[in-house]
Amino acid sequence: MFEMLKVFPENLSIGVLVIIHRNPKYETNIEESIRSKCRIMVKVAEEKERIKPATAYFAPAGYHLLIEPDRSLSLDVSEPVNFCRPSIDVTMQSVADVYGASTTAVLLSGANQDGAKGMQSIQQAGGLCVVQRPEYAEIKTMPEAAIALGAAELLLSDEELIAFGQELNNHILKSDQSWRN
Amino acid sequence: MGISFENLEELIELVNNVHGFDLRGYTRASLKRRITRIMELYRLDFSSLKDNLVNTSGFFNRFLTEVTVNVTEMFRDPAFYGTLREEVFPYLATFPHIKIWSAGCSSGEEAYSLAIMLKKQGLYDRSFIYGTDINAKMLERAKQGTIDLRKMKTYSDNYLQTASGESLSEYYAVRYDAAIIHHDLRKNMLFSIHNLVSDGVFNEFQLVTCRNVLIYFDLTLQQRVLNLLYESLALFGFLCLGSKESLRSESLKHKFRLINKKQNIYQKIA
Repeated sequence: MFEMLKVFPENLSIGVLVIIHRNPKYETNIEESIRSKCRIMVKVAEEKERIKPATAYFAPAGYHLLIEPDRSLSLDVSEPVNFCRPSIDVTMQSVADVYGASTTAVLLSGANQDGAKGMQSIQQAGGLCVVQRPEYAEIKTMPEAAIALGAAELLLSDEELIAFGQELNNHILKSDQSWRN
Repeated sequence: MGISFENLEELIELVNNVHGFDLRGYTRASLKRRITRIMELYRLDFSSLKDNLVNTSGFFNRFLTEVTVNVTEMFRDPAFYGTLREEVFPYLATFPHIKIWSAGCSSGEEAYSLAIMLKKQGLYDRSFIYGTDINAKMLERAKQGTIDLRKMKTYSDNYLQTASGESLSEYYAVRYDAAIIHHDLRKNMLFSIHNLVSDGVFNEFQLVTCRNVLIYFDLTLQQRVLNLLYESLALFGFLCLGSKESLRSESLKHKFRLINKKQNIYQKIA
């Protein structure tokens, strides 16, 4: 994931939401440690913050990250979903509600099925769903769950994911279908 | 199943018109999830949900119980409680009477956590804790002072992490599968209905905690509620917000002194 964030160009025309499973009991400063290595802005999502282009917003540990209809971020401490808070499903379903077909979703390595249903929501809303090829994933469970639900439109290797990240602007500018066969 | 944002607006209006309950300042994304959940729980589509809200007596109360987020823990964020003990309690100890308001208390876990800390510091006997919420069912649970024993394991771990140097089991008895908070810990506590959106100041407090409530409100409502909390505080009283919440306006920031940035604790100074 970090490799992908690093290759996003500084003029990335969209905002990026990043959901990682981490235990709120242990403090991590992933955002800080990766910030200097990225060309886009990297920060922790703050509630009611407007999404800006060329910025990656990390869901804070212990909170679900949601999108309001006015495209600002909001936080929620309701029940964990798939034993996770933040849950990928929750954020993806919320993104699908607001951004619909203009969403690009990427699901990478992970140890449970969180994200599969979220990918399905984005797919149903007409968005583009990209999944890391399970053989490249550190833990296959998460990509495999999305594939099993039929929610993986593009299956990419790590090299292809990097290329996809580098060229993301082109795909958005063209709103293009070229990745779709 | 699920509803669109348009449906949601229609429902907010209906609830306001029929029941006089104002959800207009609530954040939509979270509310939409809650309502989808209610529809799944009661197996209702959108039109039967509306029908039930208008025509089924008692349904609105059940709706209200589910529409708010009732997730809470004893000693949630142990570091917060540690900071409270070290940076706030020494100051609280100088007040002859300590009135505390746990605003949006749900089933009371935070209020009980505060009671335990006050007891441990020898401040409980001159303290009084008010726990308020809009959710009558959760308040009933709070009043009973019984907690699912399975949850006590997590709470005990949390309590250990506050570096209190003692075990949580000092404060409750076990009966079957429930932990019952000792009676002497419950005598200076009162739980009652209060709606931060529509109700006003009801007392003056030395400490107000309102954590992870504002995140469910839009900016306009947040500002209104923050003003209510400000007006409910005695001079030099303390305000505790959730770790991801903030005072927002510059005018309000001038009326508070920051006690701890990380734990979001403020003291009223003007």
